Amino acid sequence: MAKHILVAYVEDKPGVLNRVASLFRRRAFNIDSLTVGRTEKVGVSRMTIVMDTDDVGARRVESNLYKLVNVLRVDDITEIPAVVRDLALIKVAVNSGNRTEVLQLADVFRARVVDVDDRSLIMEITGAEDKITKVCDVLRPFGILSMVRTGVVAMRRGSDVTSEEPPLVPARIVTSAVDQSASDAVMSV
Amino acid sequence: MKLTGAEIVWEVLRREGVKTVFGYPGGAILPTYDAMTKYPDIHHVLVRHEQGGTHMADGFARASGEVGVAIATSGPGATNMVTGIATAMMDSSPMVCITGQVGSKAIGTDAFQETDVTGVTLPVTKHNYLVTRADEIARTLREAFYIARSGRPGPVLVDITKDAQQSTAEYDWDAATPSLPGYRPDLHALPDEFERALDLINSAKRPLILAGQGIIRSNSSNLVLQIAEKAQIPVAMTLLGIGAIPAGHPLNLGMMGMHGEAWVNQAIQRADLLLAFGMRFDDRVTGNLKTYAQNAKKIHCEIDPSEVNKNVRVDVALIGDLNATLEEIGPGIKAVDRSEWVNAINELKGDAAVRDIQSLPDSGNLYAAHVINDIWRITKDVDPIVVTDVGQHQMWEAQYFRHERPRTLITSGGLGTMGFALPAAIGAKFARPEREIWVVAGDGGFQMTLAELATIVQEKIKVNIAIINNSYLGMVRQWQEFFYDKRYAATPMVSPDFVKLADAYGLLGLRVTERGQVADAVNRARAHDGTVVIDFRVQKEDAVFPMVPAGADLDNMIRRPKPVAPALPESEGDGEWEMPK
Ligand SMILES: Cc1ncc(C[n+]2csc(CCOP(=O)(O)OP(=O)(O)O)c2C)c(N)n1
Ligand SMILES: [Mg+2]
Repeated sequence: MAKHILVAYVEDKPGVLNRVASLFRRRAFNIDSLTVGRTEKVGVSRMTIVMDTDDVGARRVESNLYKLVNVLRVDDITEIPAVVRDLALIKVAVNSGNRTEVLQLADVFRARVVDVDDRSLIMEITGAEDKITKVCDVLRPFGILSMVRTGVVAMRRGSDVTSEEPPLVPARIVTSAVDQSASDAVMSV
Repeated sequence: MKLTGAEIVWEVLRREGVKTVFGYPGGAILPTYDAMTKYPDIHHVLVRHEQGGTHMADGFARASGEVGVAIATSGPGATNMVTGIATAMMDSSPMVCITGQVGSKAIGTDAFQETDVTGVTLPVTKHNYLVTRADEIARTLREAFYIARSGRPGPVLVDITKDAQQSTAEYDWDAATPSLPGYRPDLHALPDEFERALDLINSAKRPLILAGQGIIRSNSSNLVLQIAEKAQIPVAMTLLGIGAIPAGHPLNLGMMGMHGEAWVNQAIQRADLLLAFGMRFDDRVTGNLKTYAQNAKKIHCEIDPSEVNKNVRVDVALIGDLNATLEEIGPGIKAVDRSEWVNAINELKGDAAVRDIQSLPDSGNLYAAHVINDIWRITKDVDPIVVTDVGQHQMWEAQYFRHERPRTLITSGGLGTMGFALPAAIGAKFARPEREIWVVAGDGGFQMTLAELATIVQEKIKVNIAIINNSYLGMVRQWQEFFYDKRYAATPMVSPDFVKLADAYGLLGLRVTERGQVADAVNRARAHDGTVVIDFRVQKEDAVFPMVPAGADLDNMIRRPKPVAPALPESEGDGEWEMPK
């Protein structure tokens, strides 16, 4: 089991997010996060899906996504150099005694302080998932009053591929390279 | 040409080649029904329940290979369709369902008879649509037909608001070409995958073909036979694969799986290569996955990539239309002498024949297996289409009725939907009016949809209905007998007098209580002009053997006890034991 990041380009039509969510629910695919938003192309939305699964599991998700008529293309960018970002807003309890300390920590993690009052402040931080998790760990002793994370968005590095012309790749099938005993999850359906 | 949305519905149906639709009217679909009067060349069959309508469309599709069409109103009309849609989805049957929806302004207000039908049917359709404008109807319906019939077929539902049916739009068939950039029904395996598959096939000593419904859907029976004969590869069939290759073919072993013949499952467990053609390793055919075919490499020829490595890990996947795959791979398959393997399997059969119910001494009881085998003997010259319901009788049909041609067995496999047989048979009759049709149903399942007898009467069609009446929900009773200490909770079933029931519908009803009466009743039914209902009063507590308990190893079967009394001499007819298939 490892983190897999899938990017799905879907038609921007009513109900498409529902179809994708329904697929994950129905097939009992466990996802860590799913984000969706517009792209540079009119009529095309882009979803970033993060899940904990093995290669065969990722291929199953991919091929099931392709079965949805509104899904244009699915890329597994797990192994590809990519920029991966999560954004969090964290409201931390502060008082006159520790505010400076918290602000210094914000600086260390290159978080932006976007709201301050006498008992709390809100930090905005972007980065890879584990960086944000680390910030949370460090801030927890002060008291996290409220937190929200957007979930991961990702984009592959370099200029070789754009979503301009989705090459319609048939779902790749992992076969020989699979250790039969490795994944009981799939075997014991 | 300016037309109303309702008229556009019929225009598109006509252009798609639809001759028959199965439906039931109501408020939200009324404009479409009103427009129907202008299209007399499309025949509308008024069903008695929308579930029946969907099974009819499904039966039509399975018998013909064309898209079946069912129509219903909003709310309860549409929700009544759900079982039929799910049945078609599980068995990859091409179907288009058209439902009326409340006016687009009323959507989301819990208006009278409003149900979120696209929401409800989302997981049981291949795709679905909500159409709120007349000018979207033509393209949407064209896409629906295209999706339903292409790739791995399946049901598509189109929900059309009442105002979309009523308002007008320009109708232009050519301008309404499907636009489905994300839909890829035409996948193709890569060259090196073919090579790897061929290496495995040509070096296998004990290969076996697992024949699924995909062979029938892709019209690949001949290609499969050529490969099997050339390379001497025996064939085992799934329930839905029955008919894919002739029952009488020497390489055809019969049905695999939970109620498959012992030698078939044993052969699968001993094989060193499984060639899965258009089948999906359902739990009913694999048994315990951990011990399934451990000695075998697996090649999966499959149109749907999401089926690959779902239940069983395979060594090579050949994705794509089965017919194209077999065309490509066929020439590379070498003729190899595998008579040793074929003979070894045949030897396994001997023991099974002794246990077979055909070998039991005549106790004076009427056995379902005898009834079904007799119907086959009497009708085999015309290869009738048999449509079964779900339960013990369904398994006995699969074992004792020998199908020589594709599309002669229509049965609900994946969903196992009781109540399927009668309406599906009506649909099959509309698809193949010239063919003899037999319904084989249990006393339980028949009562789920028997209202469709009135549809038969209204449409003046003839089918022959064999009710295998054991006064039980037999298959469930069998599980209770084997696994729940014979506590027959809620399985004894009281039924109406089916002969009188037939009479009430103006149909001929017959009752059979002894083996000696079977042939006469079958012949009378065949000779009779209209639909005939035969109430076969069979042995009440009989069980289907062999049986692989759910989740058990495939070759760990409960076998029919060997007869204590000496076997009777062979039954009349062929001069030797009919090997059950
Ligand atoms: C709609 C539906 N409900 C329940 C079941 C569960 N079930 C499977 S077989 C069976 C018994 C069928 O009884 P009957 O129609 O009399 O056929 P028999 O097994 O006796 O031949 C039942 C209840 C089902 N398959 N479908
Ligand atoms: Mg019964």
